[in-house]
Amino acid sequence: MRNTKPALMMTAALLALAACHKTPKPADLPPPPPSSTPAPSSGMSSGTVGNGVLPGSRADFIAQAGSDTVHFATDSSDVDSEAQSILTAQIAWLRKNPGVRVTVEGHCDERGTREYNLALGDRRANSAKNFLVNGGIDAGRITIISYGKERPIATGSDESAWAQNRRAVTVVPQ
Amino acid sequence: MSRRARFLLMPLAALIAATPCMAQTPAPPPAPVAAAPLRVDITGGISQPMPIAIPAMPTPAQADTAAGSTDKLGAQVSDVISNDLKGSGLFTPLPKGALHAVSFPQVTAPDYPIWLTTGAQALVQGFVQANGDGKLTVGCYLYDVFQKTELTRQGFVVAPADWRRAAHKCADTIYTRLTGEGPYFDSQVTYVSETGPKQHRIKRLAIMDQDGANHRFITNGQSLVLTPRFAPNRQTIVFMSFENDQPRVYVYDVGSGRKRLIVNEPYTTFAPRFSPDGRYILFSMIVNGNCDIYRVAAGGGSPTRLTTSPGIDTGGSYSPDGSKIVFESDRSGGQQIYVMNADGSNQHRISFGGGRHATPVWSPRGDLIAFTQVSGKFDIGVMAPDGSGEKILSNGWQDEGPTWSPNGRVLMFFRTGQGSGKADLWSVDLTGVNEHAIPTPLDGSDPAWGPLLP
Repeated sequence: MRNTKPALMMTAALLALAACHKTPKPADLPPPPPSSTPAPSSGMSSGTVGNGVLPGSRADFIAQAGSDTVHFATDSSDVDSEAQSILTAQIAWLRKNPGVRVTVEGHCDERGTREYNLALGDRRANSAKNFLVNGGIDAGRITIISYGKERPIATGSDESAWAQNRRAVTVVPQ
Repeated sequence: MSRRARFLLMPLAALIAATPCMAQTPAPPPAPVAAAPLRVDITGGISQPMPIAIPAMPTPAQADTAAGSTDKLGAQVSDVISNDLKGSGLFTPLPKGALHAVSFPQVTAPDYPIWLTTGAQALVQGFVQANGDGKLTVGCYLYDVFQKTELTRQGFVVAPADWRRAAHKCADTIYTRLTGEGPYFDSQVTYVSETGPKQHRIKRLAIMDQDGANHRFITNGQSLVLTPRFAPNRQTIVFMSFENDQPRVYVYDVGSGRKRLIVNEPYTTFAPRFSPDGRYILFSMIVNGNCDIYRVAAGGGSPTRLTTSPGIDTGGSYSPDGSKIVFESDRSGGQQIYVMNADGSNQHRISFGGGRHATPVWSPRGDLIAFTQVSGKFDIGVMAPDGSGEKILSNGWQDEGPTWSPNGRVLMFFRTGQGSGKADLWSVDLTGVNEHAIPTPLDGSDPAWGPLLP
């Protein structure tokens, strides 16, 4: 990935500060923040280093922004109001962490054909990216990639699983 | 292909003249008889498959070859021919128990009365002979049991390792003679071999013979790979890889194992397919959120943009004469099929049936376009190039991504299981009645049928 190097260096520096911090695999996103670390509704908290959550880290991003994932309607790349509020919180975090570059992954449910879904996933990632850019984030900090229907997060073949899989994930380096 | 098979195709009479150990010189084929010719009607929809006897092929002299002894090979060749013809759905090979042993002299002088009692209408006989130069000759004869006539004969000289190809060529000879359609058994398929959990399937490119034999992997599964497709010369394959988290189309050289990017642009490229003459590669590229179809010379160069709609234009496939391109676009709201001239002009929609229509592929015969119909579930269907005569051929939960046999009579596709996400390869013929699974070592998707081997 083009932009992993600086991020990796930063992660290394952070890890030196907190050697006990575990780095999960990218496929396994960290669990939601524990209730002892209330996620600020404004998304503008001062980023306290509690429970091993490091400022600028993926866990910090998810804790502060509330979610790294926005969802879409079937065959749509429109950013709805729920997605807007999550992306707005992501913008706030990205403003506070100007050195962090992100990759926005676009994903689809399994009900589209393979090649079309690659394009649809790209549309979703692009929609999320455009919202971040319109919110003042430098486009150069954001890479997008579409996985189409290749990387579902929910494995069922039902409405609930499909809804979870129609998503754009803002991935902050570990 | 790792082994470049050198094939000699010649009338058996010539072979036999050059083969001193063959004592029986077959008589020249008798003149055609006036009665109704033995013929399989493959256009009439559901018809009874033709009963056909394919006894084990004898050998004039048992000999050991690099692929085993010639008498064992004779039985194996018959099995491959039988499996090919059965797989076409147009023939019912007699069960082994109903077959009679054939002596070498009988190969050119069938015991018609015995075969008449079996109910077989057609009889395939032949022989496997080790030549002095280390090669094999496989003789292949087709007889009309009722008319007591020889219908065709062919001889194939192969390296022992290519004995299956001789069997496929024999099956193609019989299929062609009895159906009037082009051959397709001696061909290969490239596809994506799949394993692992649904959230993170491990996908590897693989190549195999049309019947699943001679399977080999060509990528190791470290990178996600999708949609391999053969070049007309079968020496290169275009496919899409997520190597280095950059989804791009690559050209893979089968002989050397090397691959290269088709275009060096900082954009996602996918949905590649060669032109029928092999000079161009069609592909889709997403530039600033807009997905369009482009064309690039197979050897590389700067791409030419063919579509400009703000919708998703993808899945391009040339007509066999190279003059037109069929593709899918959601410019009207949902995925539908469009046809344009090869230069991008005259884009017009052809699919107006129920549901969405995706993944169009032009038949090598030019007469039909195969597609995936999306309407909750996925089905494989065909329509004429003007959009008329839409017909659904398969029936699974998700049947996706058709690819044509070299003769344009059979479609292979992949079927994904509801819930499990496991996919495997299936084929169905144009009558829609002969649907069956293609054996693969692991799960399989994205099949692409290659051209007939020379």
